[in-house]
Amino acid sequence: MKISRERCVACGNCTYVCPMGAIYIDPVLKRATINRDECVECYACYNGLSQEHLNPTMVRTVRRVFAALRIRFEPEPDVCPTAAFEPDELTWPRVVRRAFSDPSVPHESTGVEGRGTEEVKTNDVTGRVKVGEVGFTIEFGRPGVGVRFHEIQQMCWALAEAKVSFEKKNPVTSLMSDVSTGTLRPDILGEKVMSAIVEIKVPVERTEEIVHLVWEVEKKLDTVIALGVATRCGEHGEEDVVAPVLERLGYKIERAKTNIGLGRIVESAAEPAPEAAHV
Amino acid sequence: MTNTLHRFGDAESFRDDYIVFALPTKSKKDPNALPKLRRFLEIALEYKPVNLGDARHGGALRSSKSLSPLSHWKRDMAPDFQAVIRGLDAPTSCAAVFDNPEAAEKFVKRIKEEDLGISVNVSTSIEGAARCCNFACIDRHSVGYSLGFEGKTEKIPDSQVAALSTMCGHGMISHSFAKKMIDFVKENRRTPDQAVTYLSRFCSCGIFNPSRAKRILEDARTKAQ
Repeated sequence: MKISRERCVACGNCTYVCPMGAIYIDPVLKRATINRDECVECYACYNGLSQEHLNPTMVRTVRRVFAALRIRFEPEPDVCPTAAFEPDELTWPRVVRRAFSDPSVPHESTGVEGRGTEEVKTNDVTGRVKVGEVGFTIEFGRPGVGVRFHEIQQMCWALAEAKVSFEKKNPVTSLMSDVSTGTLRPDILGEKVMSAIVEIKVPVERTEEIVHLVWEVEKKLDTVIALGVATRCGEHGEEDVVAPVLERLGYKIERAKTNIGLGRIVESAAEPAPEAAHV
Repeated sequence: MTNTLHRFGDAESFRDDYIVFALPTKSKKDPNALPKLRRFLEIALEYKPVNLGDARHGGALRSSKSLSPLSHWKRDMAPDFQAVIRGLDAPTSCAAVFDNPEAAEKFVKRIKEEDLGISVNVSTSIEGAARCCNFACIDRHSVGYSLGFEGKTEKIPDSQVAALSTMCGHGMISHSFAKKMIDFVKENRRTPDQAVTYLSRFCSCGIFNPSRAKRILEDARTKAQ
């Protein structure tokens, strides 16, 4: 993302809306400026701020007069008054930032459509997580902290060493140069993204082991993790296998997403369930 | 993506937060997915949702690329639910957000009766989802638990800011902006209703809950937890 120096009037609205806090008013330039190393190309500034197309010279003059009179200039807080944001032409590897950060674009850089995967949201159709299995979503950088791929790689290494199955169609898996070791492409390791999800599947008996592994690795990382654990319910909708394990580990489960099983396979579309990348 | 799952708060704080979403399966394409999703949204409208959205175009309140300067004095704050339904042009995840259990339960029951054949999920407290399923006589198929946030949690701001910002699971609502809106309400520079509309416009898939956000902002005004 770029900010036009000709159009920016340094109103400061964009400094608040950047989820990474990467925008500031440069005291010398007197313009909003992006810290490109911290920017994750999420486009929250460009997509989220409404745009006016006011004359920048006029707005600067009005602001100067108001400031001299100590009058507070208070525009709507979700507006860029001069439409100063300009999308940048992103190249590899920086384009990975946008793929993992801007929910409005598909994962072109990774070859996977969509920002994440369907997990168990379509489990009633895909049969991806079966009875006796547990799917983990280990999400890095959320909420509002961000993560660099070299940190994600540490978790991938540990998981690969534990011989888990990485979800094959997951965007992080697609960036692995070696799935058997969980090693990511070296050219993306320094890239920062809003969040990224590593997905694995294990037999239910390994739930506790995986949680302990995540706890061990997360201590070494400089970011936050949101952990999700998914499983197939029993014949009558009961789930009394995984939740007790999680509660024993000290988790108080406050929220869940529940697939209510209304999906059906359309006859003409029937095909095998997606595979996991086994190591 | 886990965008509806990891909301900051305890089960009690989700008492007015029910997201029901439908999505087609990418690997098993349904040629009728689009009309089914549109029907899902149309039915949702009958149960008075507080937000409606699709993952490609956003929710019922969206930012504008050509805002009139007059909007600073007279901003349109009404959600446009019909625009969401009209704008749905490709199969994608579609969501309806409700702020009371009765509406969510009745909607789930109706969706079951409608038998659209697409996957439907309920994202809320475990008890809330269970009540929806019981009301509709549905046996849960699968469940994805949120275990909350861990790791360097000192990087997460205070609970009211986090409760607001995590209502966009894609992270488009920044902590700073959520804090700014709390401050605006505390200083009486904006009403909670106005602050909620500013926040809503950043959510890119329509799962932001304006009713819950308003309650959080009103609580924050007096620092009630």
